Amino acid sequence: MSIIEFKGVSKAFDSVKVLDGLDFKVEKGEILAIVGPSGTGKSVTLKHIVGLLDPDRGEVTVEGKPRIGYLFQSGALLAWLTVYENVALPLKETTRLKEDEIDRLVRDALKEVGLEDAADKYPGEISGGMQKRAGLARAIVRKADIVLYDEPTSGLDPVTTITIHRLIKKLNRDHGITSIVVTHDIQGALHLADRIMLLKDGKAVETAKVDEFVHSANPAVQEFLTAMKGELK
Amino acid sequence: MKFVRDIGAAGKIGLGTFLLFPTVFRSRDSRAEFSHQLYKTGISTLPVVTVVSLFTGMIMALQVGLELRRFNQEIYLGAAVMITLIREMAPFSCGLCLASCVGSAIAAELGTMKVNDEIDALRIMSISPLKFLAVPRVLALCVMAPLLAFYCCVVGTVGGGVVGATQLGVDFGQYMSSAIGIAERKDLFVGLAKALVFGWTIGVVAVSEGLGTKLGATGVGRSTQRSVIVNFLLILMLGYMITRLCYQ
Repeated sequence: MSIIEFKGVSKAFDSVKVLDGLDFKVEKGEILAIVGPSGTGKSVTLKHIVGLLDPDRGEVTVEGKPRIGYLFQSGALLAWLTVYENVALPLKETTRLKEDEIDRLVRDALKEVGLEDAADKYPGEISGGMQKRAGLARAIVRKADIVLYDEPTSGLDPVTTITIHRLIKKLNRDHGITSIVVTHDIQGALHLADRIMLLKDGKAVETAKVDEFVHSANPAVQEFLTAMKGELK
Repeated sequence: MKFVRDIGAAGKIGLGTFLLFPTVFRSRDSRAEFSHQLYKTGISTLPVVTVVSLFTGMIMALQVGLELRRFNQEIYLGAAVMITLIREMAPFSCGLCLASCVGSAIAAELGTMKVNDEIDALRIMSISPLKFLAVPRVLALCVMAPLLAFYCCVVGTVGGGVVGATQLGVDFGQYMSSAIGIAERKDLFVGLAKALVFGWTIGVVAVSEGLGTKLGATGVGRSTQRSVIVNFLLILMLGYMITRLCYQ
């Protein structure tokens, strides 16, 4: 059952076309990785799902009223709040939960991402990987049904990258969270995702299961995989 | 076209912050944030405001005093300094200090948050940036601007008195009684109202520029600069309009 659907979505900024009739579906409970060269509209696609952007043409449908969490590339934590306060923020500002209930949910979310010991630290006092984990804790603290990951591992070392990948998989497996991961990291996408979608020139040129994607005869896919292999070498 | 869009955005923020003012007092966290903004706006700018108002009063006393002395009218020095300060110079210099110290900081802070996706993160969490970020900052400016303008007036008057006593031979007691005697309640109210309008304007412009930031670090610099320039111009224009309206 699809939970998100894009139908012919187009978006331009100052006459530069970023999305050009994008069509795809996301199934409930799956991990979909969106890959592609820079500037092909990967992040713009995510922003349409949460309503930060509206399409110029086409339609974005999100089934029901799911709680959506969003992990930004930078973590997007508020610098003047501690990790604990950052994670508690959506609960304090948008719910009427009592302090002890908020405390329990925040501690659970921090435990989920392994940041119990950094609760009282400010974002400036922790590493980039920890900031992303804190951002992830904030994204899931309201019991998110869908989490959107915008370049979750960019700028991280290989060990921290693996930690983040494991976390994404764990959240998907344990809580059935539907995940869309925008990434440059094709290796990570192959390891992480159920399906991979390649965006090129604002269109989904291929959407397939990992095995099928790797062996796809689509020249755009092969060109992208070859380019990525070259980059890795 | 961009100018019209900017005015529209600032108008929306101005109206939004006005309507959302009561939300500042709803929760313990928002009250704490408001207190923090009051401190940042008022207490942290106090040294700059003190120096600016002291020298404003001293310069005015010296310039006006030298002219009055030519006509043997130094006894009116206190009145001249007080009336200029309370009606114009106190809210004006206080407005400039707040625009350069606080307005620029707000524009830079919100601009940095915008380019770091923090504003989008708030929106995704269903937290209104207007309510969460703009209201406490604008309200703090509205509260502190009149208080600082009054403080400016007191410090400037005292500064003028010191110059009068040490360089123009005007007795300090006589200077003060002349100053206090001239001030009418209307002058005080108009001066404070001006400061209130300046405070609100500085806040709205700074928030509008900050939230409208684009293009990374360059954009943050541009927003900060625009916030200061627009505020300086608006303070001058609004100052004239309020004076014209109240003293015909």
